[in-house]
Amino acid sequence: MTSSVKPLIPDDDADRLAAAFGRRGFMGAGVAGGLMATPLFAAGAAHAQAAGDAEITVDQARTAPIPIVLPSLGSGVAQQITDVISADLGNCGLFRPISASMPQGTPDFGSYKSMGARAAMTGKVVDQGNSLRVEFRLWDVVTGKQIQGTAYTAASQDWRRIAHVIADVIYGRLLGEQGYFNSRIAYIARSGPRARQVTRLAIMDQDGADSRYLTNGQWLTLTPRFNPANSELAFMSYANYRPRVYLFNLNTGQQRLLGDFSGISFAPRFAPDGRSVVLSVTRGSGSDIYTVDLATMARRQITSSGAIDTSPSYSPDGSQIVFNSDRGGSPQLYIMSAAGGDAKRISYGHGHYGSPVWSPRGDLIAFSRIANGSFSLGVMAPDGTGERILTQGFTVESPTFCPNGRVLAFCRQSSAGSNGAGFATGINTIDITGFHERALPAGSASDPTWSPLNK
Amino acid sequence: MKLKLLGAAGMALFLAACSDHANKNVNTGAATQQVGPTPGSEADLVATAGDRVLFALNQNTLSSDAKATLDKQAAWLAKYPQVHVQVAGNCDDRGTEEYNIALGERRANAAHDYLVAKGVDASRITTISYGKDRPTAVGDDEASWAQNRNAITAVQ
Repeated sequence: MTSSVKPLIPDDDADRLAAAFGRRGFMGAGVAGGLMATPLFAAGAAHAQAAGDAEITVDQARTAPIPIVLPSLGSGVAQQITDVISADLGNCGLFRPISASMPQGTPDFGSYKSMGARAAMTGKVVDQGNSLRVEFRLWDVVTGKQIQGTAYTAASQDWRRIAHVIADVIYGRLLGEQGYFNSRIAYIARSGPRARQVTRLAIMDQDGADSRYLTNGQWLTLTPRFNPANSELAFMSYANYRPRVYLFNLNTGQQRLLGDFSGISFAPRFAPDGRSVVLSVTRGSGSDIYTVDLATMARRQITSSGAIDTSPSYSPDGSQIVFNSDRGGSPQLYIMSAAGGDAKRISYGHGHYGSPVWSPRGDLIAFSRIANGSFSLGVMAPDGTGERILTQGFTVESPTFCPNGRVLAFCRQSSAGSNGAGFATGINTIDITGFHERALPAGSASDPTWSPLNK
Repeated sequence: MKLKLLGAAGMALFLAACSDHANKNVNTGAATQQVGPTPGSEADLVATAGDRVLFALNQNTLSSDAKATLDKQAAWLAKYPQVHVQVAGNCDDRGTEEYNIALGERRANAAHDYLVAKGVDASRITTISYGKDRPTAVGDDEASWAQNRNAITAVQ
């Protein structure tokens, strides 16, 4: 998926907009490996102006999704690209796609305005044999100005990636923050009877498309975690009845053991720079947290409470770790320096807490909470304040943030009932506001981990 | 997985052996041949001592029932000094996946440590934890959860 990376040509408008608004990390146009992006200038109007007009805050978009006209780019693969763009934008809950026929030349902004549209896309798809060229323009309906014009060229089989990149550009231009549609989710695919489920490491696009298995299901396999810096997973496998953490290189398919601990090694997470992994290792009646340097495999023990210390997750700046511990008697959330030392409990609601994960924005920690026999999924500030429950259920756990921190994917399981027949397990996504929960078409699955943006 | 299947198969063998035994008694009036499980086998452990101990919610404390079972396991292991076992700890599904891996190992270790205290050489016992991923009972109710909070001893 990351093959044939070509040089990127920055989009003039993107650069200008980024400079004008000083926003962090405007993604530019050409971000995807295998994709080449070239600027398309607006006919007549030399350049976009007043781009600020096109920016709408995310909070406004939550309560009032941005109406955007998405005319069909054509038939066949062009229609499929249109459908993926529309699904990305519509499913995230922040846009309301409006279908239309493709205008000849400059759109009729008056009619778009009367439809209530705020923005519009135009473009076309040129089949160049083995490759596709997709010309894309984004318009501010109110001002009639072109916000962006870019032509993307990529191998024909990468049409989905072009669609996701365009959807990300629309998201970024209209919301002022980076999109996340050109990303993937690794997970555990589950099949078979509940008492002995077959578990396979699997990966799919963030919208559930193009899923494939990475392991054959011979051994119990759990908790894949993406390296935020490259195409690598850490995961837990019971291979040879020795449950331990392994690394899986998505480019080569090669696996390797991570460290050689005498106890069970589990609950891995990468450091933000991708150069080390923090994990836990059982010892006696508890488990300790260690870091393992990926270059040298040198390990460092950072907790030794004697209790269960597990599920460590770094803050995005790498300075702190949130983790799950029952050192105080019941499983709760704690924060400590990434070097270890004193830990401060941050969870004080009713029940037990677990599976904490730090948002890439740094401002939230997502978690599971278990009380009265059922689970909740929530977020709180790193100091433990502002706890909000986003969704509840028999089991809702294993939250993972999308690259911009706006959406969580998690595992939702139903009660099996008294005879096991009610058991179902799947992957859902939900906005951090608690809105727009939806099931991903991943089948029977658990343990999602969201990738960084595809390179 | 493998260990649990062995346990279940052992149980089935044991039950089959019992019914065989009963039938033979009825049919012949004499039980002259040995029909029990193979001495030193998993089925023998299940029949003689019981292969599992149960735990309370979020606990690894051994109850008096659990200690009685482990006493029998220790005696059985003393009788078959060549046998090695693995103790697998398990949890109900009312905890998170990762915490339960550690909790299952804590339970397996509770059984392990008790057996060692009763004289079983530590080198004969390994532990493993399946967390909540290999439930004995597939339901979700108090009765199922109670069965799934366990440590199961399996002959290697």
